[in-house]
Amino acid sequence: MTANQILFYLISAFILGAGLIAVTARKVFRSAIWLLFSLIGIAAFYFWIRVEFVAAVQIIVYVGGIVVLIIFSIFLTQQSGKEMAKPLQGRAAFSALAVISGFVLTYLLIFQHSFNPATNNSIEGSVANIGSQLLSISEHGYVLPFEVVSILLLAAMIGCIVIAIKSRPETK
Amino acid sequence: MNEIPLSHILFVSTALFFIGAYGFFTRRNMITMLMAIELILNSVNINFVAFNKYLYPDKLDGIFFTIFIITIAAAEAAVAIAIIINLYRSHKSIDVENADELKF
Repeated sequence: MTANQILFYLISAFILGAGLIAVTARKVFRSAIWLLFSLIGIAAFYFWIRVEFVAAVQIIVYVGGIVVLIIFSIFLTQQSGKEMAKPLQGRAAFSALAVISGFVLTYLLIFQHSFNPATNNSIEGSVANIGSQLLSISEHGYVLPFEVVSILLLAAMIGCIVIAIKSRPETK
Repeated sequence: MNEIPLSHILFVSTALFFIGAYGFFTRRNMITMLMAIELILNSVNINFVAFNKYLYPDKLDGIFFTIFIITIAAAEAAVAIAIIINLYRSHKSIDVENADELKF
C-alpha cells in the first residue's frame, strides 16, 4: 500500500465520518461545523485527484460562503445551544432501511459494471486551460452556460433581497 | 492516482449521497435539511470529477459541470436561507411540520 492509497482512504474516512455526524448531531451548530469539516475533506479529495482549481473553488464557495451563510442563519433563527428533538423512532428506522437498501442496490450496480480507464494522453486541468475553454465561443466552449449562470446568480441575488426584505408599515 | 480503482471513489460518493438522503429524511429543521442537500450535491461533484479524471482525461467537461453545480448550489443556498428567514419571521419556527398552510 503506497502513501497515495493510504492518503485516499484517510480522506474518504474523514469525509464520510464528518458527513455522518453532520446529519445525526443533535445540536444544530455542531452539525454545521461537522458539515464544514466534511466539505474541507472533499476539497482535500480534489487536491488528491489533482484538480486544484475545483478544490480552490470548493474552499472559497462552500467553506467560505455557504457554511458561513448557514451559521449566520442559525444565529438569526434559533438558540444554537438547544438540542433538537430526536427523530421519531419509526421514521429513523424506516429512513435507515430505505437508505441502506438504496446504497446496496446502487453499489451492486456499480460493482458489476466494469469501467475501462482511458489511457489516452491527459490534458492538464490548469487555470489557463479551464479559462480558455470556459469562455471560448467555438464548438466545445462553455460561454453560453457561463452567461446563463451569471444571469441566474443575478436573479438569485435580487430574489433573496425581495424575499428577505422586511416590509415596513406604511408611513405618511 | 491510478492506484485506486474507480469503484472505490464511487463508493465514497454513493455513501455520501445516501448519508445526505438519510439526513433529509430524518431531520425536521429546515437548516439541517439544507445541509443534507449540500452533502448530496457534493457527492455528485465527486462523481463528475472522478469520471472526468479516469474515463476522459483528455477532456475538461466534468470540471465544468462541477463548477456550474457549485455556482447553482450557492444560488440555491442563498434563496433557501432567505425563505427560511422570511418563514421564521411569520411563524417563529423553522420546523417543516409547522409550515403546513399549503397542505390542505
